[in-house]
Amino acid sequence: MAMNTPAPARTRPAPRRGGGWLAVLRTPVGAAAGLLLGAVLVLAVIAPPLWHDQAATINTGDLLKGASSAHWAGTDNLGRDLFLRVLVATRLSVGLALLAMLVAVVAGLLLGTAAVVVGRRAARLIAAVVDIAVAFPGLLLALFFAVIFGVGTTGAVLAIGCATAPGFARLTQTLVAGVVARDYVAAARIAGVGRIRLLTRHVLPNIAEPLVVNATIGAGSALLSFAALSFLGLGVQGASYDWGRLLGEGLDGIYVHPAAALAPGVAVIVAGLAFNLFGEAVAKRIGLTGTGQPPSRGRAARPGAAPTARTSAEASTDVVLDVRDLTVTVTGPDGPVRPVRGVGFRLLRGEAVGIVGESGSGKSMTVLAVAGLLDERLQVDADRLTFLGTDLLSGSPRDHARLLGSSFAMVFQDPMTSFNPALRVGSQLAEVSRRHGGLNRRDAAARAVDRLRAVRIPAAERRAYQYPHEFSGGMRQRAMIGMGMMGSPALIVADEPTTALDVTVQRQVLRLIDSVRRSAAVATLLISHDVTVVGQVCDRVLVMYAGRIVEELPASELATKARHPYTRALVAAVPDMRSDPHRPLPVIPGRLPDPSELPVGCAFAPRCSLADDRCHRHEPPLETDADGRRVACWQADAEPRRGSDFDSRADVTPPSAHKTDARTHSAADAPAAPTGERP
Amino acid sequence: MTTLSQAPSRTLTRLTGNTWIRFAARRAGRLVLSLWALVTAAFLMIHLIPGDPVRAALGPTAAASLVAARRADLGLDDPLPVQYVHYLRDVLSGDLGTSMTFNLPTSQVIGDRLPATLQLALTAFAVAVVIAVPTGVLMGVLTRGGRARRIELGFTGTSVALGTIPDFLLGVLLVYVFGVSLGWLPVAGHTGPASYVLPVLSLAIGPAAVLARLLRVQMVTVIEADYMRTARAKRLPAAVLYLRHALPNALTATITVGGLLLSAMIAGTVLVENVFAWQGLGDTIVHSILAKDYPLVQGIVLVYGVGVLLVNVMVDVAVALLDPHSTTIREY
Ligand code: SF4
Repeated sequence: MAMNTPAPARTRPAPRRGGGWLAVLRTPVGAAAGLLLGAVLVLAVIAPPLWHDQAATINTGDLLKGASSAHWAGTDNLGRDLFLRVLVATRLSVGLALLAMLVAVVAGLLLGTAAVVVGRRAARLIAAVVDIAVAFPGLLLALFFAVIFGVGTTGAVLAIGCATAPGFARLTQTLVAGVVARDYVAAARIAGVGRIRLLTRHVLPNIAEPLVVNATIGAGSALLSFAALSFLGLGVQGASYDWGRLLGEGLDGIYVHPAAALAPGVAVIVAGLAFNLFGEAVAKRIGLTGTGQPPSRGRAARPGAAPTARTSAEASTDVVLDVRDLTVTVTGPDGPVRPVRGVGFRLLRGEAVGIVGESGSGKSMTVLAVAGLLDERLQVDADRLTFLGTDLLSGSPRDHARLLGSSFAMVFQDPMTSFNPALRVGSQLAEVSRRHGGLNRRDAAARAVDRLRAVRIPAAERRAYQYPHEFSGGMRQRAMIGMGMMGSPALIVADEPTTALDVTVQRQVLRLIDSVRRSAAVATLLISHDVTVVGQVCDRVLVMYAGRIVEELPASELATKARHPYTRALVAAVPDMRSDPHRPLPVIPGRLPDPSELPVGCAFAPRCSLADDRCHRHEPPLETDADGRRVACWQADAEPRRGSDFDSRADVTPPSAHKTDARTHSAADAPAAPTGERP
Repeated sequence: MTTLSQAPSRTLTRLTGNTWIRFAARRAGRLVLSLWALVTAAFLMIHLIPGDPVRAALGPTAAASLVAARRADLGLDDPLPVQYVHYLRDVLSGDLGTSMTFNLPTSQVIGDRLPATLQLALTAFAVAVVIAVPTGVLMGVLTRGGRARRIELGFTGTSVALGTIPDFLLGVLLVYVFGVSLGWLPVAGHTGPASYVLPVLSLAIGPAAVLARLLRVQMVTVIEADYMRTARAKRLPAAVLYLRHALPNALTATITVGGLLLSAMIAGTVLVENVFAWQGLGDTIVHSILAKDYPLVQGIVLVYGVGVLLVNVMVDVAVALLDPHSTTIREY
């Protein structure tokens, strides 16, 4: 990277010292780099005494010969062996690079630690000068200093040293600032330790390791820079020669004699790499921050993930969404895991349905699977999956995209991150209509403004031209809903839409979703861990546990007629106005099982106070009763046992009574995921 | 930031407008300061040379009277502050002195050579971007979410290797392969479109590799972002998804590095021009350093420095445009 890319600064002081240098030799890259570096250094020491005379032998019978077995890289215009000259030049090339680096380290340290020693104003001046200097490429600085120090070996060493110094000074400043901020330095200061002593005792030992690592990497760059200066004729002069000089001389005759230019070129690259790689390897080993690439794991999905197909559908105009036996399978190293296991439900036009459950119950994954937004490496199977009568399991993804794009709206949890920060809000809305509604730019923009107005964004015309960061959280969430209304929505899926908002804004957003539903007969599917919120705004509630639906019931019956012990526990965990605010909220003991380690029998059994033998052995089926309510529990119709951990129905106000009391968190979420759900 | 985003709307716009003005003012202030530092450094350069620069330039055998006359010519006998003021005045009026070797105004020599260097640097940068952006985007999309591990490893390895080879050595390699072995392309001079290929490639390949690698990492990160899920929920085609929604966000982070690469490329022309006997500023500055033609060196250093500073300004403006948030972040 020498002079064409500034070396990234590695600034975090290492937590451990010493161990990294040896341990790095055990990694493959580290071992290779270490070996290479060792070879270069050994060569630098032994080559001149061994071959100096031979390399200087003039042989007039062998002028400008090509590569041969006698002369591996051929001979120069005086018949001298070029391979030997390259080997001998190792000492000068490496030695001068190290010398230049030494100059840079000393100068950089002086400038960089000045803040500790000199007064504040002088320190600021130095920082400003360093600031300006680092903005210039190293080669430019090197040329500048080469003019001052003069052409020749000494001049070049000083020039490269001075050119590298500002970067090093900057690094030192950063490191010193980190150390000086620590308590023990402050303590030493208060104790009256002198500035110089402070520097040598407290500061320098703590920044030594990152400095040495950076100096190693820097030595590689200095080597390349030196080759460059010598190549230009500004470095080594007279009878002595380094790689850069050999390269420059070789280039003139590259047509007759390419090896003369290539051999020193290769030597420069190899030696430069040896320093660079070894430094990088140590830096990585001892955990200094650098250009290390972040691991790129996680979820990513392509639009229109095609679920596997089986059935086609007879459409009922009133059914918006029909899902049967939906399963999501993740194939991991330990075989397949099913975070969603046979979920089925229907949504009718204009209906409001909620899905509740703890984080990790599979509720978000269910809707993402339905929406086709899961990573395509997750396998989605279903007996049936239709949206507005269209089978999403078969047919062309393009047709699906059009249908879903205009009629299937999604509102995500975090409005702060769900808008693209680089695009104007209006244009993010407009592109839905441009893409799926066939509108031109102007009409789409007008519709975007109209929709923003519909979700009660004040001054919608101006707002449309703003960027997301100029919107508040609640406003962004409303704009997100407006985005869903750009087409002709039949379904709005809202995945924890209010979790990231504060209480008053929550209510506005929920009310907005509800009014959209009423005015346009749009079905809504609200995903939440908060049973109160769901109870307030939904007609029907699906309760999910460990990837299954365990109960389905009208929202109005949530408080009084829930039959599944888990549902009752969720309801009981909601604090009401009469409960003592100083008492901790009741929680459901135990935690949600991991999808990879589901117990045999009922998944809730380990946490269920009603669990008996059968529960532990057989999983209860999801049974539908005459009114269409569903429940999966062996003891669904048994009276809850007295004094059970969570049964406090008598004390519970029906969720409908909480209408004005939307809470930012629910107790139900607490035991399983204290950090809150972030899908 | 929080206070900003929750402020009532009217204050918001005013703040936003103000932010831009303040950003521009601050940036302009820094530019003027840097320019002043640059000119001062160029002035001091000559006075920091040990010994008498005129004596050094004319050689030890030159007659003392000639040296004295030349010193007087250059105004070197005036007190330093006076010389400094004169120098500032001259530079501001575009007078960079007289080249000793060419016996021409320095500005004229520079004017003759600058276009060749500019063409080289700008073409190389354009080529680097044209190579790096599609490659980085494609690699980012291919390797998103930990896909195609082997491709990722191969790409990263190759780009690190290419990014490590310094431009002038790459130039020598290219000369050998395409000029000497294959004989496809001219290896020296500035004669036609074909003569651009090798110098431009030697300047562009390393930065292109660095940029493409960085862009891939950024793309992979951006593709995981929440707003990309929103975009997918809008059922946009892949091209719109990656180019309109992901790329601008990924570019924001690469633009600073891109600027550093461009200024490094400006400096890199010095070496590459010497490899390919390209008659530009880089070729000239080396000769004038060797010939101790100090006014010319001074002038060329100034030109290069101004180039670098302009690149830095462009980078800051580009970041501000691409990432509207950045101007406010610095403010609040
Ligand atoms: S089936 Fe048994 S363990 Fe499961 S919820 Fe019902 S009573 Fe509890």
